[in-house]
Amino acid sequence: MRLDRCKRGQLIKVSLIDNPDVRAQAIRFGIAEGEVVSCEEILPAGPVVVRKNHQEIAIGRGLARQIEVEHII
Amino acid sequence: MHCHDLGIKIDIPPEARMIVLAGNPNVGKSVFFNALTGLYVDVSNYPGTTLEISHGKFGPDVVIDTPGVYGISSFNDEEKIARDIILSADVVINIVDAVHLERDLFLTQQVIDTGIPVVVALNMLDEAVRQGRQVDVDLLSDLLGVPVIPTVATQKKGIEELKAAVSYARSGHIDHELHSKLHLLHDRVGNQGEALLILEGDPIVAERHGIKPGNDREEIYLMRRARVNDIVGHVVRQTSQGASMGTVLGRLMIQPLTGVPILAVFLYAMYKFIGVFIAVDIVNFTEKIIMKEKYEPFVRALVGHYIPQKTALGTILTGEFGVLTMTVTYILGLLLPLVIGFYLALSAFEDSGYLPRIATLTDRAMTGIGLNGRAVIPIILGFGCVTLATIVTRLLGSERERRIAVFLLGLAIPCSAQLAVIAGLISRVSGAYVFLFALTIFTVLAVAGTMLNRFLPGESTDLLIDLPPLRLPRIENVLKKTFTKSYNFLAEATPLFAVGALLIGILQVTGLLDVLQKLLAPLTVGWLGLPKEAANAFIMGFVRRDFGAAGLASLPLSEIQTIVGLITITLFVPCIASLLVIFKERGRREGLIIWPAILSLAFFIGGLVAQGFRLFGSVYAVIGAVAVILLAAVIIGKMPKPGNTSPIDQNVKQRSSV
Repeated sequence: MRLDRCKRGQLIKVSLIDNPDVRAQAIRFGIAEGEVVSCEEILPAGPVVVRKNHQEIAIGRGLARQIEVEHII
Repeated sequence: MHCHDLGIKIDIPPEARMIVLAGNPNVGKSVFFNALTGLYVDVSNYPGTTLEISHGKFGPDVVIDTPGVYGISSFNDEEKIARDIILSADVVINIVDAVHLERDLFLTQQVIDTGIPVVVALNMLDEAVRQGRQVDVDLLSDLLGVPVIPTVATQKKGIEELKAAVSYARSGHIDHELHSKLHLLHDRVGNQGEALLILEGDPIVAERHGIKPGNDREEIYLMRRARVNDIVGHVVRQTSQGASMGTVLGRLMIQPLTGVPILAVFLYAMYKFIGVFIAVDIVNFTEKIIMKEKYEPFVRALVGHYIPQKTALGTILTGEFGVLTMTVTYILGLLLPLVIGFYLALSAFEDSGYLPRIATLTDRAMTGIGLNGRAVIPIILGFGCVTLATIVTRLLGSERERRIAVFLLGLAIPCSAQLAVIAGLISRVSGAYVFLFALTIFTVLAVAGTMLNRFLPGESTDLLIDLPPLRLPRIENVLKKTFTKSYNFLAEATPLFAVGALLIGILQVTGLLDVLQKLLAPLTVGWLGLPKEAANAFIMGFVRRDFGAAGLASLPLSEIQTIVGLITITLFVPCIASLLVIFKERGRREGLIIWPAILSLAFFIGGLVAQGFRLFGSVYAVIGAVAVILLAAVIIGKMPKPGNTSPIDQNVKQRSSV
């Protein structure tokens, strides 16, 4: 599943990020491949907001489409 | 010292240490900076950017602030600048937000890996405790290998301890494997920090040493991330998890259903403050009373002693559009209060954490015109001053986005000077015509953006931003930001306005202004259906857009003529200063495409509305036609761009097949 298909309140595991630059930035934010984050908000056709601990990050829809995730709960 | 790496000039005495403040965005760095340096602070603008770097003295040493970053590399201007300043530091004071340790310690560990002595200020401990988070400070210090000082900067707690600890800063623990790799490269480049960035594949640092950038970025980043997570796991104890008021409000701000009304309220408050209080009350005083009644007669009399006002030089210096009269009045009387007003509002939005939420809320609409949510900043500023907004487009992520934003700002965003006159003129026509005006301008923005997004080559960047916790803006921070940003803008824009006035003055003295007005007349009468005097308004609109609109006010125009004139003058290239800044930002070649394109579009669209009205004979039919065009643009914007998805899919296939 891609990140743009996730639903509000789901816990998801980041499994693959295509773009190397985005991958590097994701590692800095602590949402690297393998990390578990929660999907906090998904704006209609807009960005997805994910959260890990107290850190919230808004990810544009185009970028979310490039991030492969697994649904955990 | 190592100043060859820095783009800014800072005098550093030979025996002084260079102390650099580093940290993620919004961790309270500026409070530490002020506490360390006191009142005497210099601000330099980093060349080619809108970023200001503050530096001051701490005892015999020099303290330099850096932009807030999540890591140092070459992802954007902020990082490049932070990287170069940090790499030339003798000591780094790393400010860390105790609430966001997982995020912040990545930078801490990266700085430690450069081998530069570090002292960590563990800030916002009170907030962490409130959120049920306990941090073992001693253990954190042991694991990092550098002193860690607990602080609450807003209450001045821990500042004295931090000052004392600067002398105890030391190089921290580095992973063994990374250390040996660094050691090898260190011998070649003579600097561990630069060696680290070359290993991490930083193209700019590698080029400085004539070495090929390494491919180890991901490996080093992952190792560092694992190390940071491990440290956080050991030092943090989470006792409870509570959602604060700020979290709930933060959510409401980004959900469209609640976020749009909230944004509307803030924009209305901003309009009341800037559009009414500053643009009318304050500007009336500064422009009319101080500048026009006191300053201008004074400077005319002064210059008149030496150069009679009737001569060519006298006209250029102190005439109607004089460099010493119009330019100075315009900049100090009108622009300065407005720019300060806009930056006050924007700095408050930024400091409170609202700005990234506006970017998130508007991201969807922005992607339709090839921009992302971050572009909302120059767009909002454009309603203040298009010249200012054009300079601010530098913060956008790619050349493509900057190109689109500059074009749209020049074409369809009316600046505050115009808005005031538009508001005055438009009050003469009935509701349907007002609606036609607003709809047309919005449609032009949507259609032009959609088309540019479709046909400009390349990809725009996607939104990826941190949403910091909401808090009340700190007055000190907001004032400081407003001051430095307004000052830098005026320093950069004043020469442009002066050159603009000079050019207009020359046109006037040589009689070219009249010739231009005559040349424009057929277009004005035949195509736009306006009286020939309206050509004056267009020419004057180029000098100052509000003059242009004011020129229309003196003509006896019908309702549709008023609207056609307003549409044309709104779309028309902004004032001459904004034209110059377009050339400055985008280069001569692109400027020579953008300018004529905007000029012809303005007349074309204005004429289209006039001809449409002549054809249909009803304002409602014209509104309908414009609405159809808008709808078509929205539909086209929704369709996927050809070739847009395939590279990603290919990428996935390649990676998964490996």
